[in-house]
Amino acid sequence: MYAHPFSYHRAKSLAEASKLLQQLGDESRVLAGGQSLIPLMKMRLARPTALIDINFVPGLSGIQSHNGELRFGALARHTDVEMSEAVATIPILHDCAAGIADVQVRNQGTIGGSLAEADPSGDWGATLLTLETSLQCTGPQGERSIRLEDFIKDAYTTVLAHDELVRGITVKKPPRNSGGAYQAFKRSAPVYATASAAVQLTLEGKDICRDMRVVLGCVGLTAIRAKKAEDELRGKKIDGKTIQRAAEAAREAAEPYSDMRGSADYKRALVAALVKRALGIALRRARGERVEAGHEYVGR
Amino acid sequence: MSGVETVSVRVRVNGEPREALVEPRTLLVEFLRENLNLTGTHIGCDTTYCGACTVLLNGRTVKSCTLFAPMADGGEITTVEGLSTNGALHPVQQAFAECHGLQCGFCTPGLLLSTLHLLNKNAKPTDKQIRKAIAGNTCRCTGYQNILKAIRMTADEMGKR
Repeated sequence: MYAHPFSYHRAKSLAEASKLLQQLGDESRVLAGGQSLIPLMKMRLARPTALIDINFVPGLSGIQSHNGELRFGALARHTDVEMSEAVATIPILHDCAAGIADVQVRNQGTIGGSLAEADPSGDWGATLLTLETSLQCTGPQGERSIRLEDFIKDAYTTVLAHDELVRGITVKKPPRNSGGAYQAFKRSAPVYATASAAVQLTLEGKDICRDMRVVLGCVGLTAIRAKKAEDELRGKKIDGKTIQRAAEAAREAAEPYSDMRGSADYKRALVAALVKRALGIALRRARGERVEAGHEYVGR
Repeated sequence: MSGVETVSVRVRVNGEPREALVEPRTLLVEFLRENLNLTGTHIGCDTTYCGACTVLLNGRTVKSCTLFAPMADGGEITTVEGLSTNGALHPVQQAFAECHGLQCGFCTPGLLLSTLHLLNKNAKPTDKQIRKAIAGNTCRCTGYQNILKAIRMTADEMGKR
């Protein structure tokens, strides 16, 4: 399949990319890993007239641990995140990175591209909303830092100006007695998830929830923070009953559409089950247990 | 072709420098097949699903139907044509032949490269790790049991070297 014709521009720096975006106008787009954009272009759902390739910009793919923060270059590939020792200390990030699509897509797709694309079915949005995450963005007005909750506006829509690009992503490390989990259910590895749930909880003692975040993916126009589900647990003992109430609240918070992946009712039921499962794993991790978890699909 | 923008793409494919002038929208798989006449890399679904078009780019597998050729400029590519030496099959090819790790053979080039990518990172994978490593390669004949056998045999044979 051929995409609509476009002119190709290779940027050597983000400043040059920003300038090119200005010069080439509204129909120009940034090309990072291309694992969302290229399929859209091949199906002619996107028809940019110019692409600005930032893959050759140096210094954008590092992952560093610094001052209680993890810093990702925008072009860090999902595989880089999966393999990073620094990331392994925050299990929810590893859950997410290690299960996005398949090996080939993870080798090419980037964390910055995934967030800037703001696909409602993307994995990173839901995962990173459970943590204190900000994006460092650069444009003609200079640099600015945007909190992730302010960054994503709507499906496929962010607050980035046309000539503004993501340079990096900063994630604050959760405290020691905190654990998280990302659970995504998909029909097979290469496809987008049908529904997903991301949970990060911090314990007081063995089983009291001091603080927590619950975020649902693929069941709305953006990832949805299920604040009522959080309220069912915050300050309370985590047991079968409170987990059940949180899962019910998550079901209510979901706003799914019926589509080829399942009916809206099915997705609500699924998301409740995923929240329950993610809570169980997050709790065990918060207590210091090592638990392998992540995307679920047939044949895994 | 007048008025159509073209860009030059230079790569090393299976150790050989290759170059062609292409439209920017040319996919890497089309560049390999149509411009370089390397038709061992297959186009299956053309939608980033099946993995028949898998090649190694700078040591990592990618789906060559989901890269524009200019993105690979300056890169090192390995395709299925680069596996054998002087007509002698690579151990991964030998193992797929011996284990009957293929039926129609359409997915095989991609599976061979995914196998090598796995074994380069992990010389002794568990069955679970093998399954995860080939989750992006679809065999429509569903011959997965023998594919698993072939990958295990490849790991054993390469381990002896």
